[in-house]
Amino acid sequence: MTGLLEARNISKVFGAGLVHKTQTIALRDFTFSISGETPSVTAIVGESGSGKTTLVRLLLGLIAPTSGEILYRGQDLRHLPAQQRRAYLRDVQAIFQDPFEVFNPFYKVDHVLESPIRNFGLARTRQQRRDLMAEALSTVGLQPAETLGRYPHQLSGGQRQRIMVARALLLRPRLIIADEPVSMVDASLRATILNSLLKLNQEFGISLVYITHDLTTAYQISEDIIVLYRGAVAEAGDVQLVVPQPEHPYTKLLVGSIPLADPDAPWQGERALGAPTGLAPNGDSYCAFHDRCPYAMPVCVEQTPSLFRTAPHRASACFLHGDAPILPNDRIDEVFGGGRPAPDAATPFVAES
Amino acid sequence: MSEPNVLRVEGLRVHYQTPAGPVKAVDGVSFAVRPGERFGLVGESGSGKSTIALSLLRMIKPPGRVEDGSVTLDGVELLELTDEEMRRVRLARISLVAQGAMNSLNPVKRIREQIALGLREHGAAREGRAFDTFLTELLERVGLRRGVGDMFPHELSGGMKQRVCIAMAISLEPQVIVADEPTSALDVVVQWQVIDTLRRVQSELGAAVIQIGHDMGLMAHSVERIGVMYAGKLVESAAVRDLFRAPLHPYTQLLIASLPSLDGKERLQGIAGSPPSLLNPPAGCPFHPRCPFVMDVCRTTMPPPREHRPGHFAACHLYETS
Repeated sequence: MTGLLEARNISKVFGAGLVHKTQTIALRDFTFSISGETPSVTAIVGESGSGKTTLVRLLLGLIAPTSGEILYRGQDLRHLPAQQRRAYLRDVQAIFQDPFEVFNPFYKVDHVLESPIRNFGLARTRQQRRDLMAEALSTVGLQPAETLGRYPHQLSGGQRQRIMVARALLLRPRLIIADEPVSMVDASLRATILNSLLKLNQEFGISLVYITHDLTTAYQISEDIIVLYRGAVAEAGDVQLVVPQPEHPYTKLLVGSIPLADPDAPWQGERALGAPTGLAPNGDSYCAFHDRCPYAMPVCVEQTPSLFRTAPHRASACFLHGDAPILPNDRIDEVFGGGRPAPDAATPFVAES
Repeated sequence: MSEPNVLRVEGLRVHYQTPAGPVKAVDGVSFAVRPGERFGLVGESGSGKSTIALSLLRMIKPPGRVEDGSVTLDGVELLELTDEEMRRVRLARISLVAQGAMNSLNPVKRIREQIALGLREHGAAREGRAFDTFLTELLERVGLRRGVGDMFPHELSGGMKQRVCIAMAISLEPQVIVADEPTSALDVVVQWQVIDTLRRVQSELGAAVIQIGHDMGLMAHSVERIGVMYAGKLVESAAVRDLFRAPLHPYTQLLIASLPSLDGKERLQGIAGSPPSLLNPPAGCPFHPRCPFVMDVCRTTMPPPREHRPGHFAACHLYETS
């Protein structure tokens, strides 16, 4: 099956040049694909240093992987012929964190909507262009009359971010990669933006990759989730399984650290786990979380855990679940899609390794 | 006359002068904080919460100006002190962990030098062995090893830098610590460590904390009493549990309802509309254009804050009895 966008065993290593002698592995052997057939919502959750920003930049073709490849409709993103490149630029849209930086303060906000219409020849007449812009703005809940003709500084962060959603919609992409789209937006406006993204998914069949550090919004809007820790997948699967009952100690720590808006809900932070066991690795293979993990066993400092498939729709890279069958990194997609009806027969779950 | 509050703010008004007219960032805010109490001021961007933080330390710079009101610390009117007197009050009696403080550490000076400088500037210099002992104890208080004193800021993680900033803020054992967004830009696990540290040191010192932020979840777990700011006004204040269990002001109600939870998936509810411009705030209650319960009186008259339940204040016409 050729998907819309596939990352195959990609790794990204920074440094190790003449200037920087130390290497930083930002992302390690990561595989993930968006079929584009069934609209999906996948959250990729991680803290700073987890590799999530590197992943966004790789998927958008802004940087190239050190190893592995990223395929757009089966072709390597680095060597797309001109026509495919154009199709890619239309099919895959991005929404970034800062709704202030993407606008040129000297242009009216219309500019940000007009350029894709021009670049892709979406409208033949001025009227068509205005209609397209008005339609896209209405879809994200903005009044065209109150939005067009204004300058960026006259709009709130929430309004600007919704304009970016409208802009992405104009091109009718197959996939929107939203990198922390609400982290700089006020709480009262976040839900509106997330809802407009969900609307694009549900009404226009656009797949979403939602990159965030915030487990609560990830839980609310996504079907599948990937938790990254220091460049590798810690846990992945159906969000309804992973967030309410995390298996990986790191995911447990993340869930326990969320200050929920309820003074009686537990807020435990590091206490959620307890003291690390203090085992130290000798070689280069070990679990990246061993130094913070109260459950660390000798094996955790001797080997790098692979993903263990603990249920049909979830997998954890933790030796606590070492009895479960190994799920090779490049078959991670098998655990996804549990929360939505399958378009065709999914790979049956086999209980032996 | 005994004053039960360590800090009292009365009718504070702070305006920023712009070519288009005054921006009323803080528009008649009153609250009081008891000794050792943790009080939170929560609000969205532009609600005036950071301006209040700066006003408490008399650090508002032009074009901003305190137009009116009073800030008393332990009975002393801060707004009437001379600049020199105020400089002596800062750090010693009331201190600030500024927003993004961890990024304002001097990159070319070791932590110990920066702490020593703070002491010197405020006339509390310690030398030699006495300083070493002092530094070790201070760093221990915020959960940092003694060795951190000899490090440069770039050698520390974000959470450690923020704890250094807390250490500086408590170095002279003030009665009031103002912490403006002390955990913004920190990872969620680290947020917990920083708040835990802040909570521990303030209870050891018996200092009051005024924590300023936008994250209702964080507030729910770090303070005892919360004030909710909207468009330069304090629209509600109550003990944390009362505020989350039974919010009175429609803005607070909608804000709490808009927060995502982990108890099952639900449709996310935002608040329609946008916060008002402070240059031309709407007449009457600033929330009326977005309020689902708006009445005629809301469009013309700002309701006064009133104690509708014991210790629970709200400024809303819904609860005014005619």
